[in-house]
Amino acid sequence: MSETKKFLFVNRKAPYGTIYAWESLEVILISAAFEQDVSLVFIDDGVFQIAKGQDTTELGIKNFSPTYNALGDYDVNKIYIEKESLDARGLTVDDLLKLTYEDEDDDWAEKDSIHVVSSAELVDIMDQQDVVLSF
Amino acid sequence: MKFGIQINEGPYTHEASTTALNFVSAAIEAGHEIFRVFFYHDGVNNGTRYTTPPQDDRNLVNAWSELAEKYNIDLVVCVAAAQRRGIIDKGEQERNGKDGNNIAPGFRISGLGQLIEAGIQSDRLVVFGD
Amino acid sequence: MPMLHTVNKSPFERGALESCIRLAIKGSSVLLIEDGVYGASRGTAASNMVENAMKDLDFYVLGSDLKARGVDENRLIDGITVIDYSGFVKLAVENDKVQAWL
Repeated sequence: MSETKKFLFVNRKAPYGTIYAWESLEVILISAAFEQDVSLVFIDDGVFQIAKGQDTTELGIKNFSPTYNALGDYDVNKIYIEKESLDARGLTVDDLLKLTYEDEDDDWAEKDSIHVVSSAELVDIMDQQDVVLSF
Repeated sequence: MKFGIQINEGPYTHEASTTALNFVSAAIEAGHEIFRVFFYHDGVNNGTRYTTPPQDDRNLVNAWSELAEKYNIDLVVCVAAAQRRGIIDKGEQERNGKDGNNIAPGFRISGLGQLIEAGIQSDRLVVFGD
Repeated sequence: MPMLHTVNKSPFERGALESCIRLAIKGSSVLLIEDGVYGASRGTAASNMVENAMKDLDFYVLGSDLKARGVDENRLIDGITVIDYSGFVKLAVENDKVQAWL
């Protein structure tokens, strides 16, 4: 399979209340093996997926938030967060996990994977995709 | 045109599988090809032949099986999601030491890569869920 | 590029329709299906939002879902087109991609 498509994973649901966030992350990790052009967007309650300080020990459910840190190693480094969704939930980028990747084209410099964008910018980002997966 | 279909919900709690079945039927009728239907999350519950709805209710599992047989449609149940929810075929039964299997005719169990491949190979991927 | 958005949530319970309208590019099509069809009626708490969005977006509603829920077509916001499943397929073909607002 030589064809490369732009895949967008749209995450709009909070973690733990339902399994969508976790099983969506499993798809994202698999997609990396197909060498496609992968982007992630977190909008609405999806922004809660990458909130800092998740601790599920008292639930007995797996805390999958550390797995997001591995995305950079899988070359998944275009992660867009809608600013309006953060604002509506009283969050800023400082409340989110710090997700980074090493840029092989820039002497492996560590760079932020997370880009906080406005709704207007997100409209254009979503417009540029080939395949949109939602969970 | 080639369609890939993703179904995220089971046959009876949500309308998603019903909508998808009607969409797929209409697409076939219009002369389009269904590259694959991929069942994910609770959508894997569309693939158990033990489903026994009351006489006056439709049997969505059979409807998918019949459609698959008639038009040779690839129905794929995600293995990771299926294992969590107890949907297994003969191979999974033997691998996991279970006392039976329940996969419905026309369905097969495979990995998540099949969904990504459907996204790559299809002209359109259409998702049905909650 | 034109895109088809499907919305299957009632706008009175969840924000899917509102988010779709916020993020759909001008010229896109929005198809209301399943519980999303409740968003097609006029004179509701959601109809102003839909009517405003119709300046930039084309709205469609799946007739089978309307009928199932007893929503008469004469209650719909003017300009929303009622389609059947073959119309749904046609919209998916005519647009470059499909996004489901689950």
